[in-house]
Amino acid sequence: MMRPLAWYQLREEIEDFLYFEADLLDQRRFKEWLDLLAEDLVYFMPVRRNVKFGQQAERENTRQGEGISWFDEDKWTLGKRVEQVLTGVHYAEEPLSRVTHMVSNVRLLDVRPSVEDAQEVTVGCRFLVYQNRVEYENHTFIGRRTDELRRAGSSWQIARREMILEQNVLLAKNLSIFF
Amino acid sequence: MSAMDHKIDPAHGTISREIFVSPDFYREELEKLFTRAWLFVGHESQIPNPGDFVVSRMGEESVIVCRDQTGAVHVFLNSCRHRGMKVCRYEQGNTSLFVCPYHSWSYTTDGRLQGVPLYRALYEGTLNREEWSLIEVAKLALYRGTVWATWDPQAPDFLNYLDDAVDHPDQVVDCRDGRPGGAEVIGVHKWLFPANWKFAAENFLGDSYHNPSHRSVDMVGMGPSGQRGQSSRRDNEYAAGQRIWVGFPQGHGVASAWMPEQTEYASTYQQNPIVDEYFRHCFHERKRRLGEKARLLPVVGTIFPNASYHGRQPRSICVWHPHSPTETEGWRFFLVDADAPAEVKDVLRRYYMRYSGPAGMTEQDDMENWLYATAASKGTIARRYPFNYQLSMGAYKADDPVPGDVSTQATERMARNYYRVYAGYLNGGSWDELLGRPQICATAE
Repeated sequence: MMRPLAWYQLREEIEDFLYFEADLLDQRRFKEWLDLLAEDLVYFMPVRRNVKFGQQAERENTRQGEGISWFDEDKWTLGKRVEQVLTGVHYAEEPLSRVTHMVSNVRLLDVRPSVEDAQEVTVGCRFLVYQNRVEYENHTFIGRRTDELRRAGSSWQIARREMILEQNVLLAKNLSIFF
Repeated sequence: MSAMDHKIDPAHGTISREIFVSPDFYREELEKLFTRAWLFVGHESQIPNPGDFVVSRMGEESVIVCRDQTGAVHVFLNSCRHRGMKVCRYEQGNTSLFVCPYHSWSYTTDGRLQGVPLYRALYEGTLNREEWSLIEVAKLALYRGTVWATWDPQAPDFLNYLDDAVDHPDQVVDCRDGRPGGAEVIGVHKWLFPANWKFAAENFLGDSYHNPSHRSVDMVGMGPSGQRGQSSRRDNEYAAGQRIWVGFPQGHGVASAWMPEQTEYASTYQQNPIVDEYFRHCFHERKRRLGEKARLLPVVGTIFPNASYHGRQPRSICVWHPHSPTETEGWRFFLVDADAPAEVKDVLRRYYMRYSGPAGMTEQDDMENWLYATAASKGTIARRYPFNYQLSMGAYKADDPVPGDVSTQATERMARNYYRVYAGYLNGGSWDELLGRPQICATAE
């Protein structure tokens, strides 16, 4: 399918933003990362459940705004998480984990109001996050992400992030890193 | 003195590291402890209707907690009687039959073997279906919404097993305003971590001494009133009271608070007036309903062997399922009053998530401790040196102000007692012995 040039330009701009953002986290520039989050941020990672065929849409994932998920929080809470890491005595992240975020399969799912004047973008991607801790501890988190981005001057802000981790029982002792 | 006594010596406050890493001890636990003790398997709010089921665990094994078509609750081993395939691999749902995927034997919700393909042609006259029901627990207890089970037909009734400890977990399973029961599970966290299960169970017996490991979360203040500038991870509801650490002969241990006779409501959840008001209302109602007993506020506790709770902020029941000597699957059931206003439930669930479980700002540090404590205890040299459990030896009084061995200072009395009972199970002790009857002076310090 042929798309207008502006669409490809926008996708590249969005990809650049996502890579930049991932790099801030990997470089542990957490406060700068927080600056990329909108004040009304929703940061959501559901718990995945084993359900009968036909009930996936209804019941497989916990829902944002109700019950218990892995994360269902706002910018205040994420700010507290960053503050905690920066105390130097948050032992789950002291010494700091080594983390690399891989972002791929980037797709523009929705652009508003138009590709030429993109103010809000819904973007889907896959993530592969590698965490290595202390000496021998390794975790790999793989899943899908849907982000709502909002134009902020010459850059973007993250207004909503949904992270679908491909696990039922969490196979890591902690979720002490950011996605 | 047996080999076990040498390894588990509460009287001197030493416990061998072997019990936290050794496959031999682990096997003994599965054979002799998890087959006898009462285990928490779920909550009735997870299975409100006939045919509702939820999958749970007892020890290493998968079980189905199910409400049959008549409304009665059952707990079955999740394994077909024919070749052992799991008959249920959904976490939760509603069904009239559990159909084994392997050869399609099917079982009704009360456990009876109903469908056997080609029964007439292949089994007639040989297979008596009535003898091949799903394997059911020996005893089941429904207690104020919680569901408990044991494989031992000789086990005491659940309330005798809880005995004097009962008032502490009551405050967890009951409504905030003191009505019995009435809680609802709003979600469950399940995660696997490389630590011995007893580190977690012991932590919740009332190890308040480990608070320094949570310094970071107290420094940033993510508690219920954190947005109003309150530091620490909880509102200090207990400030006016006396902290008490209580051990019970059956191995249970709790940390609670005993509030003064005249206590005023201490404002909580200050960032949301509706929630603050709800807890104010509950405080006065609870006082009115419970009288003297309302002076007791729970903090944490462990019901022997592996069901722990957070009593108020946050509020949950956790189960530490053994996976191997050095692996545990943590399950945390989050509770709210079922009839609380929606706004209250919303504030609570958000607080629970930022506090508890593998993503919780407080519990992450616990995981770190348990993991590296397990790992560093595996070594040949390490295993020669026991852990120290001598904190506040002898510093307790009996039955003052509540039943049990009560300390008013942080103590490892509950852990010393827990491992004494633990050794009793591994030695194949009688139920009288495991329940601490008669009161034996060997338990004194």
